[in-house]
Amino acid sequence: MALNSKIPAGPLDSKWKNYKATCKLVNPANKRSLEVIVVGTGLAGASAAASLGEMGYKVKAFCFQDSPRRAHSIAAQGGINAAKNYQNDGDSTYRLFYDTIKGGDYRAREGNVHRLAEVSANIIDQCVAQGVPFAREYGGLLSNRSFGGTQVQRTFYAAGQTGQQLLIGAYQGLERQVAAGTVQMYSRHEMLEVVTIDGKARGIIARNLVTGELERHFGHAVLLCTGGYGNVFYLSTNAMGSNVTAAWKAHRKGAFFGNPCFTQIHPTCIPVTGDHQSKLTLMSESLRNDGRIWVPKAKGDNRKPTDIPEEERDYYLERRYPAFGNLVPRDVASRAAKERCDAGYGVGSSKMAVYLDFASAIERYGKVESNKQGKPNASKAEIIAMGKDVVKEKYGNLFDMYAKITGENPYEVPMRIYPAVHYTMGGLWVDYELMTTVPGLYALGEANFSDHGANRLGASALMQGLADGYFVIPYTIGNYLADDIRTKSIPTDHPAFVAAEKEVSERINRLMNIKGKQSVESFHKRLGKIMWDKCGMGRNEKGLKEAIEEIKALRKEFYADVRIPGEIIGFNPELDKAGRVADFLELGELMCIDALHRNESCGGHFREEYQEEDGEARRQDDKYMYVASWEFKGDSQYELHKESLDYEVVHPSTRSYK
Amino acid sequence: MQHYTMNLTLKVWRQKNSKSQGAFETFQVKDISSEMSFLEMIDVLNEQLVSEGKEPIAFDHDCREGICGMCSMYINGRAHGPWHETTTCQLHMREYKNGDTIVIEPWRASAFPVIKDLAVDRTAFDRIIAAGGYISVNTGNAVDANCLPVEKQQADDAFAAATCIGCGACVAACPNASAMLFVSAKVSHLALLPQGEPERKKRVVNMISQMDTEGFGSCTNIGACEAECPKGISLENIARLNREYIGSMLSGSATGV
Ligand SMILES: Cc1cc2nc3c(=O)[nH]c(=O)nc-3n(C[C@H](O)[C@H](O)[C@H](O)COP(=O)(O)OP(=O)(O)OC[C@H]3O[C@@H](n4cnc5c(N)ncnc54)[C@H](O)[C@@H]3O)c2cc1C
Ligand code: SF4
Ligand code: FES
Repeated sequence: MALNSKIPAGPLDSKWKNYKATCKLVNPANKRSLEVIVVGTGLAGASAAASLGEMGYKVKAFCFQDSPRRAHSIAAQGGINAAKNYQNDGDSTYRLFYDTIKGGDYRAREGNVHRLAEVSANIIDQCVAQGVPFAREYGGLLSNRSFGGTQVQRTFYAAGQTGQQLLIGAYQGLERQVAAGTVQMYSRHEMLEVVTIDGKARGIIARNLVTGELERHFGHAVLLCTGGYGNVFYLSTNAMGSNVTAAWKAHRKGAFFGNPCFTQIHPTCIPVTGDHQSKLTLMSESLRNDGRIWVPKAKGDNRKPTDIPEEERDYYLERRYPAFGNLVPRDVASRAAKERCDAGYGVGSSKMAVYLDFASAIERYGKVESNKQGKPNASKAEIIAMGKDVVKEKYGNLFDMYAKITGENPYEVPMRIYPAVHYTMGGLWVDYELMTTVPGLYALGEANFSDHGANRLGASALMQGLADGYFVIPYTIGNYLADDIRTKSIPTDHPAFVAAEKEVSERINRLMNIKGKQSVESFHKRLGKIMWDKCGMGRNEKGLKEAIEEIKALRKEFYADVRIPGEIIGFNPELDKAGRVADFLELGELMCIDALHRNESCGGHFREEYQEEDGEARRQDDKYMYVASWEFKGDSQYELHKESLDYEVVHPSTRSYK
Repeated sequence: MQHYTMNLTLKVWRQKNSKSQGAFETFQVKDISSEMSFLEMIDVLNEQLVSEGKEPIAFDHDCREGICGMCSMYINGRAHGPWHETTTCQLHMREYKNGDTIVIEPWRASAFPVIKDLAVDRTAFDRIIAAGGYISVNTGNAVDANCLPVEKQQADDAFAAATCIGCGACVAACPNASAMLFVSAKVSHLALLPQGEPERKKRVVNMISQMDTEGFGSCTNIGACEAECPKGISLENIARLNREYIGSMLSGSATGV
């Protein structure tokens, strides 16, 4: 099957305009009889469900949490990008487009990324109109900050809780449609299968997580907005429930999986403390606006950080990347931290951490503030106190979070941080219309592979999720459903629904009947360790080949010896988790296969065999300038399809942040 | 910071489903590290139960960083436990010492029926939001974001109210199981912004009416909600809610959806 990305013809900056002007439309009366299933209520799903409901479609929305407002998007901290150029610092649609393509190490589609940059400004307008309380300046206008991989200030934020505020905006829009009767909400429901009829997605099988019952739901189209799969590593910054199940079931039903090995390891997270650790906590990239990253110049320097004088510190990002300094992209910053720690310069008890230091920012802000307040002669102590207040206003909730977890006061001593799994650029392959390779089945938000290439820039996931949900799918779904207006709702006693439900039920029974000895959690931990050690920040052929065998063996052991207490009927979180881990055990193998086949380093994918002498990544554009899109052919069997990436506007070059 | 390990006695509420009667069950956990979070300690207990072939304790959680509002344990008589402005998932075991006994219960309120053990049904909160906790603006209708400046203090106050995570600790802490702090946070968030102005009057009336329908108790100014709220939502919001409500009722323009 040849992949058709359906990128519209014409110059880059008129593709989306032309698409919108010529795509098919569905009239209001017909919309009322068209049903759309939206799985997931994060930024992508909530914005899609609300918008489609407003347009008059009959929407059913699903999430596994107890409320749509709790989707993992709620945890996003630092901000959302938009090419508003409110700061008059040279930003433009083109520059946001260019930064994103370059940040992604030239492994994303130009057409998609340009569209993303075009609609970015509308997102901010929409959110402000909904009442999202973004940070503002004294003049009452919106404030911006910088994120990695850019030299302009285009990030809008609400303290360190931007995701929360954006999601609540979308959630309120969704609840408004629930009240209006256009959206029916199913919380504590987990989608476990896609139902296809005549090759088209026509519904889902969902499990009511409170009663344990399976339910059949019909839709003329199905949207998967189910987030990323970083939890395949067990430890990540994702919420505990984040999983790949919906995307994986779709994959097994024919949806190709794009670039599964492209994983983002975020440089600034609170380091692992012990075996008990259940998740890792991010310290937002926005902290790199003001915090400086360093390690001691001397190996094994055990002095307290505050006792190490300035000249004995190695601000290694500023040293290696003077142009971008602490604001290099995530993949670069993470590798640099790993390099220092592996070389023996790490700090803290585990020696697997570096410092993120606010002392100079506190002093700098303190001075500015003392001038603002008309106290040019303030004492050093007063200046520090004022500086701390400014830092508190900008990052207070992050500092509190750090203090609660570590018991240390980050206003007084530098934070200790280390990279952790954070985001997955890979996901279901979609075309320009966000449709997967299964007609009528769409993927939005982090669940698709589309816009970030091999590395996502900070503050661009929120932008993409909302772009997909508010401004892309409302057009592209019409182009598909316009041909479906004569299709009546298909009753759920159709044999395809019966068969799909039977499949799900058999899978659940199989899991429950293993009655082995080891907990689901223990398998998940072991899988995570394989993935982190062999398919994490650094990957090589030998390790990946071992990982593939180890994962297969682990999967076999899982199906022979997992123990799931409780029953199928009723509320049973262990059973929910077992199904998710079972899918991770398959996905992990595909990720390693993908990483093994890509003989180059690009973005977050660092193959140790392919690096320059100074440790920078070496791409192989002549061989790997394509999206690796994998088709499921049976257990452990995947066929590679390549979608070549043609750069018409940007000329790929070696990424440099020096 | 000195790390240590401890052995603890846990008295945990067990309840099969909303219809059955619950009771406390006592467990011992050993070698708990002071570096663990409270929920990681429960993870240890659950692993222990699974290895004994017993059913683990059901509880709600997701983000484990204090923002999703899903975790909800009533610990030694306090919603979210002893730490000020801290969710259950952010409470850490260095609070406890070897030999301590910890009593863990679900949120208790008739509007939040128990689903199982420590997990409760909080969909009443969603229905209150659906009753009016939004600004009616369809996608695509918005004007440029900087068209309407908002005074910084006002924007900051709206943000402070909007940080409510919808956890329900305020209801659990209140002897009357009132949801006033939650409702007032949303009413304040939207009333403080110019964008919220057009629907301001009917919003407050409809939300309060839904709150009453859901069976939450009335507010008698006890203040337990504010003391236990993990996000520091202040009682001033309740005062504002009352003003908004009275204003709407007096102006008589507040009925309907
Ligand atoms: C700690 C943290 C901070 C971040 N900060 C930023 C930031 O500052 N800026 C930025 O741009 N990005 C940030 N990101 C990334 C960003 O938050 C996510 O990529 C984005 O929110 C994903 O949104 P989504 O809508 O695609 O999915 P999610 O928000 O993950 O939502 C997934 C939804 O799918 C549902 N679901 C999943 N599977 C099923 C199923 N089988 N059945 C039913 N429902 C299902 C869930 O219930 C949920 O509603 C951050 C990420 C993390 C982890
Ligand atoms: S007001 Fe506070 S306690 Fe109540 S739901 Fe909101 S965050 Fe939770
Ligand atoms: S688990 Fe999300 S707030 Fe505690």
